[in-house]
Amino acid sequence: MGRGAATTFAEDLSRSDCIVIQGSNMAENHPVAFRWVIEARKRGATVISVDPRFTRTSAMANIYAPIRPGSDIAFLGGLINYVIENDLYFRDYVVNYTNAATIINEDFEDTEDLDGVFSGLLEFEGEPINGFEYTYDKETWQYEGFPVNRGGRQADADVEQNDDESDAIGGEYFEQAPGGPPYDDLVEYVRPDGLPELDESLEDERCVFQIIRRHFSRYTPEMVERITGCPRDKFLEVAEALTDNSNPSRTSAFCYAVAWTQHTKGVQMIGCAALLQLLLGNIGRPGGGIVALRGHATIQGSTDVPTLYHSIHGYMDHPSALEPHETLENYLVNEIQPTGYWANMPKFLVSYMKSMYGEHATEENGWGWDWHPKITGDFSHMASMVRMARGEIEGFFCMGQNPATSLNGKFERAAMRNLKWLVVKDIFETESAAFWYAAPEVQNGEISPEDIDTEVFFIPSAAVGEMGGSFTNTQRWVQWHEKSADPPGDCRSDEWFTHQLALRLKALYEDSDNPHDEGFNNLLWDFDYDEGEYPEDTRIEGEPDTEKILKEINGYWTDDPDTHLTGFAELEDDGSTTCASWIYCGVFPNPDENKTRNREPDPEGEIGSHQGWAFSWPDNRRILYNRASADPDGNPWSEEKRWVWWDEDAGEWTGYDVPDFDVTKPPDAEADPEGIGLDAHSGSDPFIMMADGKGWLYTPNGMVDGPIPTHYESAEAPIRNPLYSQDKNPITKYWRTDGNELIQHGDRDYPFVVTTYRLTEHHLSGVMTRWLPWLAELQPEMFVEMSEELANTLGIRNTGWCRVSTPRGSIRVKALVTRRLQPLIIDGNIVHCVGMPFHWGYMGVVTGEAANDLTALVGDPNVAIHEAKAFMCNIEPDD
Amino acid sequence: MAEPMGFFTDVSVCIGCKACEVACKQWNQLPADNGGVVELTGNSYDNTGTLDGTTWRHVRFVEDFDDRSQGRWLMFSDVCKHCVHAGCLEVCPTGAIFRTEFDTVVIQSDICNGCRACIPACPFDVIDINPVNNTAMKCTLCYDRLQAGMVPACAQACPTESIKFGPVRELQEEADVRLMELQRAGVSDASLYGRDEEMLGGLNAFFLIVGPPEWYGLPKNPQLPSSRSLNGEGILGALTAAVTVVLGAISFRKLGPMRRRAEAEQNGTLDDQPSRDGVAS
Amino acid sequence: MAVRTSRRSFLKQSSLLMAGTAAGSLTALGVDLNTRRAMATELRIRDAQAYPSICPYCAVGCGTLIHVEDGQIVNIEGNPESPVNVGTLCPKGAATFQLHVNPNRITHVLHRDPGATDWEVWDLDRAMDRIAELVKETRDETFVEEWTGPDDEGNEITKTVNYTPAIFTLGGATMANEWNHIHQKLMRGLGVVAIENQARI
Repeated sequence: MGRGAATTFAEDLSRSDCIVIQGSNMAENHPVAFRWVIEARKRGATVISVDPRFTRTSAMANIYAPIRPGSDIAFLGGLINYVIENDLYFRDYVVNYTNAATIINEDFEDTEDLDGVFSGLLEFEGEPINGFEYTYDKETWQYEGFPVNRGGRQADADVEQNDDESDAIGGEYFEQAPGGPPYDDLVEYVRPDGLPELDESLEDERCVFQIIRRHFSRYTPEMVERITGCPRDKFLEVAEALTDNSNPSRTSAFCYAVAWTQHTKGVQMIGCAALLQLLLGNIGRPGGGIVALRGHATIQGSTDVPTLYHSIHGYMDHPSALEPHETLENYLVNEIQPTGYWANMPKFLVSYMKSMYGEHATEENGWGWDWHPKITGDFSHMASMVRMARGEIEGFFCMGQNPATSLNGKFERAAMRNLKWLVVKDIFETESAAFWYAAPEVQNGEISPEDIDTEVFFIPSAAVGEMGGSFTNTQRWVQWHEKSADPPGDCRSDEWFTHQLALRLKALYEDSDNPHDEGFNNLLWDFDYDEGEYPEDTRIEGEPDTEKILKEINGYWTDDPDTHLTGFAELEDDGSTTCASWIYCGVFPNPDENKTRNREPDPEGEIGSHQGWAFSWPDNRRILYNRASADPDGNPWSEEKRWVWWDEDAGEWTGYDVPDFDVTKPPDAEADPEGIGLDAHSGSDPFIMMADGKGWLYTPNGMVDGPIPTHYESAEAPIRNPLYSQDKNPITKYWRTDGNELIQHGDRDYPFVVTTYRLTEHHLSGVMTRWLPWLAELQPEMFVEMSEELANTLGIRNTGWCRVSTPRGSIRVKALVTRRLQPLIIDGNIVHCVGMPFHWGYMGVVTGEAANDLTALVGDPNVAIHEAKAFMCNIEPDD
Repeated sequence: MAEPMGFFTDVSVCIGCKACEVACKQWNQLPADNGGVVELTGNSYDNTGTLDGTTWRHVRFVEDFDDRSQGRWLMFSDVCKHCVHAGCLEVCPTGAIFRTEFDTVVIQSDICNGCRACIPACPFDVIDINPVNNTAMKCTLCYDRLQAGMVPACAQACPTESIKFGPVRELQEEADVRLMELQRAGVSDASLYGRDEEMLGGLNAFFLIVGPPEWYGLPKNPQLPSSRSLNGEGILGALTAAVTVVLGAISFRKLGPMRRRAEAEQNGTLDDQPSRDGVAS
Repeated sequence: MAVRTSRRSFLKQSSLLMAGTAAGSLTALGVDLNTRRAMATELRIRDAQAYPSICPYCAVGCGTLIHVEDGQIVNIEGNPESPVNVGTLCPKGAATFQLHVNPNRITHVLHRDPGATDWEVWDLDRAMDRIAELVKETRDETFVEEWTGPDDEGNEITKTVNYTPAIFTLGGATMANEWNHIHQKLMRGLGVVAIENQARI
């Protein structure tokens, strides 16, 4: 959808007529958000739970559909096929608001043509650390005559380039690009001519709709049953409920969580749901959407404000040596999308550079571009752990995260033994802090602490109530938590730690004239409280002013720092504005108005979006792409689903939310074939972040593993792919290294499918829960959940010990035997699926062996998230 | 007296999250069993076992999956029933147990001498000795919060409003509507437990259950001590209690519900346990 | 909806909590509950100040109220005003008090020398100085100005990268946005590129 966030908010689910919870166990993991599902159900909505296990969510559902872990695309693809073949798609929405009518490059070949792969498949020749064997050249995936690849660079520009020359090096096209500021000419330069070619009859065989129809035609109910194990009747029950509740007067929502991300095809699973929801007209409308249920207090915020290697603020790609990013101009030429709102990227980027280097970032030095580091490949969690295992990482900050028991824990602990230094900061002593004395391999004598040459620090952390700051929740609401008391002893806030470290490093480098250090010495670091402002009710010294940090995120005028920016429309590309995160711009519009502290909810019973409670990025918009809640003429699709509409008399968009649209652009405005930014969109193009203003059923750019979701078997699976001879995702990320072996498809030594999950009573690796007696007693011991049938077959009794093994590790856990789990018939054979919570480890009030000692470093090619939701194992009794 | 206040706990929307158990312990500052270090019971997702002196809300899990196509996982947050005719109150020899202005039943810890008379007097096995202060304890329906106009901790925490708090009369009306809704939706074995006067004069904390009361450890026909035997067990209980006080608790120690259950399980005499309660069988 | 009304209306009979949470009046200073003392003779938070906070567990973002008396946290419960949770919490949120007030918390810095078999308690300042020193050492020894290596098609290229590949930082999704900002800024300022958090897992 172009924004990396949930399209709606949880309360809006109470307006849904049908809620499909798949890839999520919402009642258990987001119980409070689930209250709105219950409210919808009481109102008569149909709640559907699609899950390998009958969970506490399934217990509240009208329909429970069991499926095999990792088969979600087959299930969703089956729904897409059902919708298209039975003409149940929302035609007006699909034709006007999606790219269904867009004509695709004639050289495009689908999985239908190439038996499971798309055109453009190449062997990957880059660094092995990137984890790829193959890669796609995406040239043939493009729109006909309107390439959106590489930010709109004309396809023929590539042809002119010397074939021997690397894509990563600029070339003539880049050299001829106009500079700036202003960068308007540069944006003009990269803009492709005209507009995408359309066939609104949806009959052209090269239009997206027809390609999608053909692509999913083999996902029949029979095939769904064969791959997923979900009985055909149950699947059809889901299909009927969903389609009955998706039309102008009814909306359906999907809720997912990490059971759709922790796969070798996770992004495609989500994309598949988005495709289906667009076909059904459920995006941008009240009670519709795709609700991403994220699992950490500010996991949304830490993605927006990215402590992530691949991205800088506001969803801009991190500058990379593997791309033509030699200068800021080259970066823009390569990355900018000249049609759609991203045309403003020069303002976002220059303002970001100003936030980094302040007055030292100038037009003359390219806004300090050379000082900013460039990545040279994959530095994600998994790749970094492989680097660490190779001895390439000396120092490791591990703050609020616990790698010793996550993602192939044994491998990660071994990697940590190569560190020169390790800093762990947490509330309790974590497995990662104690890896050198308490890990299983140390306890069993395999490794001796004396042989571990790592200098380890444990810095005790303040807890949430002991520090002030903001969290961004899963619905993009940024909410402030007040500091209520000092933390005990030497426990310190996270901000204190990083600020104090920065001050010390600034002092250490102060006198350096080494060119290496120029960038760091020019890094703007102004977070101390102003004189006389330091809080009096604390014994702690040296805290930074967290509101000053928020101010830097929000942005201000460089020549008048006391004047904050009030919204991203004010951003400039000439250095007159500084703003770390354009999407957060407006969160702190003036020194007296920190909107994360807004605490005025809507009155009870009033339809609204709680504009007075917290701040929702962007610009306090609560439902994204909400222009789609009105028909092309600007009227609500129906009275029941009124949200944002065109007020003809006032000449503006209005409604219960901030319109996610140019407020004064009338519905009948025409797209300008030469226009830049939103001028290239018509008044009925709701998807303002997309190059063509449309919701993408087909993704010409942005996915590394294909423009249309396709079912592949997981890296480890009990069967081969029944759909194509291409078995796994060809663009899987996998690191072939000792301690990370994979089980081959059909290996009888590892016959059981396993999925990992959370319980309501615990959180993550258990650091924040297994040290709490109140939570420990609720779920005191690690277990493997299995069906009665499997337990009987293996001779395992309820609460009896058993051993669960993969090539990566082996753990001893208790069995929880239950008829809630059931054997599935997959491709004609019985397949047993088991489940394991991943909350246990060797530190805490209650301890247990870690499920993640079994997982592998293998994962999604788009986002490098590991595959923990579907892999294979063996189980034996071990009493 | 103010209007009678109580709980209506609705199994049909309980997600078994146990927020009520924790919110209760948080507000009342009650300890976890053995510092939280307990064993996996294997009894579905229930590891706290029963109501006792330190667990005043307890979530029970019922797995009804004999026929998987009709499978149901039912969750039930149990609590003191705050009976209109309360057995515990009837037998308490010290007057520690009293009826509040909200028509709830509260044990005053500073008066309770730990005699244990109330423990067997409760037909629902709600009360037990709190090992921290050695007095009988149970849900107070957050008497302190009620006096301050606040909602009891469990009801406030409950994310799905499975636990509803309010004037009993309003709750009864709400429960009747909810029952009708469920019956219309085809849940033919839904019923209200303790809503009416026939059961101990009415339970101020009553329930909507699905399936038979036995699944939830609820007696079909709870009796007051005074009507259990012709001699009046209440008086006997009080006498026993007095003896206990004199001789000390240890020699006459009555087993708490948890220990009783454990022993019964060992002896295979757990006849009051529902066959579908969890997966132990 | 009706149920929520009754829940709130009971509260309003005393307006004890609502007085504090209404209309955004609880900002940095918290709320003084003393004025209601007469009504709350038995209430253990009667002398407490309430601070609005956010639950630190999952990403639903439930509002909480933290009650503090004499600088000590005495109670944490759901904030009835928050439209996210309307006063409710899950068991983890309901246990947030024990996340704070917990004898298992370590309240001093622990340090372990290479090869040592035990932790040693360290002074906080000493630890911070030592960490800064180690960061500088590692950075100075491993800093790369020009990088030469294969691009994705296998062509060898040389680029200015100005990075510090030997430092890895992990974590952030459980910390405030403000920390995420300054931490990624400090790290990127130093040239660190291996910056990751839980969004990846």
